[in-house]
Amino acid sequence: MATTLTINGDTHTVDLPEDVPLLWALRDEIGLTGTKFGCGVAACGACTVHIEGEAVRSCQIALADVWGPVTTIEGLGQAGNLHAVQAAWVEHQVAQCGYCQSGQIMQAADLLSRTPDPTDQEIDDAMAGNLCRCGTYDRIRAAIRTAAANLQGA
Amino acid sequence: MSRFGTIARRTFLLGTAAIAGGVAFGYYQYARTLPNPLPQGEGQNPITPYVLIDQDGVTIITPRAEMGQGVYTTLAALVAEELDVTWEDIRVAHGPPDQAYYNGGLMSHGLPINDYERSGFQEMMIEAMTVVPKMAALQVTGGSTSMLDAYEKMRLAGASARETLKQAAADRLGLSRADLRTEAGAVIPPDGTPIPYADLAEAAARIDPITRGIELRLQDNWRYLGQSMPRTDVVAKSTGTATFGADIRLPGMKHATLRMSPRLGGEMRHFDASAAEAMPGVERIIDLGTGIAVVASNTWLAMQAAEAVEIEWAPAPYPESSSEMMEIIRAALDNSPNSTLRNDGDADEAPDAADIVLEAEYTVPWLAHSTMEPMNAVALYTGDALELWCGTQAPVLAEQKAAEAVGLDAAQATCHVTFLGGGFGRRGETDFAVLAARIAAEMPGTPVKTIWSRDEDMRHDFYRPAAAARMRGVIRQGFAHTLDGRVAAPSVTRQSLNRVAGFTPPGPDKGHVEGMFNQPYGIPNYRVQGHLADLAVPIGFWRSVGNSFNGFFMESFIDEMAHAAGRDPLAFRLDLARGEHAPTAGVLEAVADMANWSGETPAGIGRGVAMTYSFHTPVAIAMEVSDRNGAISMDRAWIACDVGTALDPAIIEQQMVSGLIYGLSAAVMGEISFSGGEVEQFNFPDYDALRIHQVPETEVRILETQPHLGGVGEPSTPPSMPALANAIYDLTGERVRDLPLNRRFDFIL
Repeated sequence: MATTLTINGDTHTVDLPEDVPLLWALRDEIGLTGTKFGCGVAACGACTVHIEGEAVRSCQIALADVWGPVTTIEGLGQAGNLHAVQAAWVEHQVAQCGYCQSGQIMQAADLLSRTPDPTDQEIDDAMAGNLCRCGTYDRIRAAIRTAAANLQGA
Repeated sequence: MSRFGTIARRTFLLGTAAIAGGVAFGYYQYARTLPNPLPQGEGQNPITPYVLIDQDGVTIITPRAEMGQGVYTTLAALVAEELDVTWEDIRVAHGPPDQAYYNGGLMSHGLPINDYERSGFQEMMIEAMTVVPKMAALQVTGGSTSMLDAYEKMRLAGASARETLKQAAADRLGLSRADLRTEAGAVIPPDGTPIPYADLAEAAARIDPITRGIELRLQDNWRYLGQSMPRTDVVAKSTGTATFGADIRLPGMKHATLRMSPRLGGEMRHFDASAAEAMPGVERIIDLGTGIAVVASNTWLAMQAAEAVEIEWAPAPYPESSSEMMEIIRAALDNSPNSTLRNDGDADEAPDAADIVLEAEYTVPWLAHSTMEPMNAVALYTGDALELWCGTQAPVLAEQKAAEAVGLDAAQATCHVTFLGGGFGRRGETDFAVLAARIAAEMPGTPVKTIWSRDEDMRHDFYRPAAAARMRGVIRQGFAHTLDGRVAAPSVTRQSLNRVAGFTPPGPDKGHVEGMFNQPYGIPNYRVQGHLADLAVPIGFWRSVGNSFNGFFMESFIDEMAHAAGRDPLAFRLDLARGEHAPTAGVLEAVADMANWSGETPAGIGRGVAMTYSFHTPVAIAMEVSDRNGAISMDRAWIACDVGTALDPAIIEQQMVSGLIYGLSAAVMGEISFSGGEVEQFNFPDYDALRIHQVPETEVRILETQPHLGGVGEPSTPPSMPALANAIYDLTGERVRDLPLNRRFDFIL
């Protein structure tokens, strides 16, 4: 069953059963491996991508249900052309093992697009679904604040 | 170009880095005899095993796996400090598995001595022990040893490369090496015209490396070391371009997953794959003896089919429930001890009438590593060769074990080490590489990526063992007079060495009692005995290993003694540390200062302190908790460590906080339990870890008074758990002797 997806501005057609989650089309068919598999049950946030700008867990979105253009971490920004959230992640040296950080960044980008100047409580509410086993949370919080300031100043 | 070089160019984790190298020469005489593990390719000029220079610039080859601990950055800084290269121009890659990269630091933990007080004889023994891992070809990232091992070797490698490049320039110019200097990746002759290293690399590779008469730069002149350097992996890890094992893609690659017996080590009696075989994308169902694998066109399709296989499992080779297991562990406390590694004074001395005698028993549960990246590996079997791609802390072992499993010699296997999506000791095991190799061996010529589901990962770990302790203390006139500790658990050292080498080492198991026997506390009667419980549950190295339970037992009991003595728990510990080990007293004084420790807390606030000396580093942690409408909130944590020399303060701070949160997650909610011989936890909803809103604000102070380097990746984990339990005691008056804490208390959700 062929499904046509718009991902990072490009059109892709994947031949998979339509109940396959978006995550596994991105990783195994299209080769966008920046989006990570962590749990498969929407409990860790490592697979977070944007659909029409909204952060979603791609392990829970069947191909048939993808309702709009998809942005992955690769599309958010690249080395030399970083999104403000990624730039703040670099500035604050957030990543340790780094495996969860694609999802953390995509979740934070969604937060700041809706809530440009989030409170601590709003950061907690938005980010509590994203697990980090290295415990980088203090730097994540600091990076979100920096990104918020830079986006507002821009 | 060599075969390895070709493959490395195509798939290596940083994309552009090819592999070439030389020999670790200089200070370690015996290292010179090891052959250069890095094949010399066209246009690549090996200088040392740690430095590759080609037309693209300088690549530093690190022999340790990057699993978040910043080793790619700090090892690179060690080389760069001597090599005179601009930081932004450095690339970093993992070296191929080879004996030349043995970890000398790892075995220094194996000696049954208190490492905070080494004699000259002990130093000699430690030096001698560094030969052992060389022979065993260990290239292991673990035990917080990377910097201990590399501190001189990597700097000498950089200095040797620099002097060799200068010699090449001197030969070309007809000058003396002494006339030349180096700066920003170039040799500078007296006329000031820089000659880039890349232009000299080919010539440098043809001359004998300069290894004599090299003086390392003095600390006062360091430019990179001692500074917080930009992590070399941070841009890749912020853009989704860092390649983990799960991200490897090869032409024609198939996707696999597996279902192994949930009764760990048990047999598979029968399986029926007829429904699974008919499912979309499924190409092969493979009988692995103790489980099955599904090879498919897509990982998710493989996982769906694996679930559809009907399997009948035989019983587990251990008791069915964790409560039965804990009975066996507690009973081992009464067996004859495996070790008595500390026996100062007379722990059996009869107390005086005025003494306070205290006894308590503690338990901790089994724990999973729960790395963010589930276990996985890519394997390609071609009949006479096996190639592996995976995030491993032990690539040499992975090659050996995987090759053996598919009927090849270790020399026929090659392991490419990717970034690790968390290690914590789990990726020092080889099971994921072995299983991937066995699956690939069923499909010769086809690369197969095997990814475990989260369920498989969580239910097939090598767990931190459950453990029990029986503690007895005597307080005389307000001071700790006697501490008599017994700890019982299955032996991680014995089981894992048996897996690796096929034998069980005799004698005292130091790892079993570390964190209790070797604490820098001057207690007149101080005895610690280790008791081994016999259980066939798979266990392994979990961040800080034995310290992870002994730190909790020891520092909870010291706290109980302090309170029984009517003393401030921080002052009580300072009495024990002063005179015994000044750096330990120093970290306690530091957290007292940071926290404005007064010994008094208002109602609704609790504070606790704990200190563990592990991996050559004393770490003190003070915690502050509060009562939020009946739920406990962890508000603040102050951490002080003494690492001797702080090579990269930001990375040390990151590791201290990381180790704290890893420990707090375990203390609050970590528990693997068994029922019917199967692990009862499947995924993060059953075995979670702290989230962003639950962690305390942290402050770290790094001291540098120790005369040697200390590890940083693990030593904040052991004191984190008792610091929290002690703070909760201060808050609630309830002493918790069994983890996890959420059995007794609610925490903010």
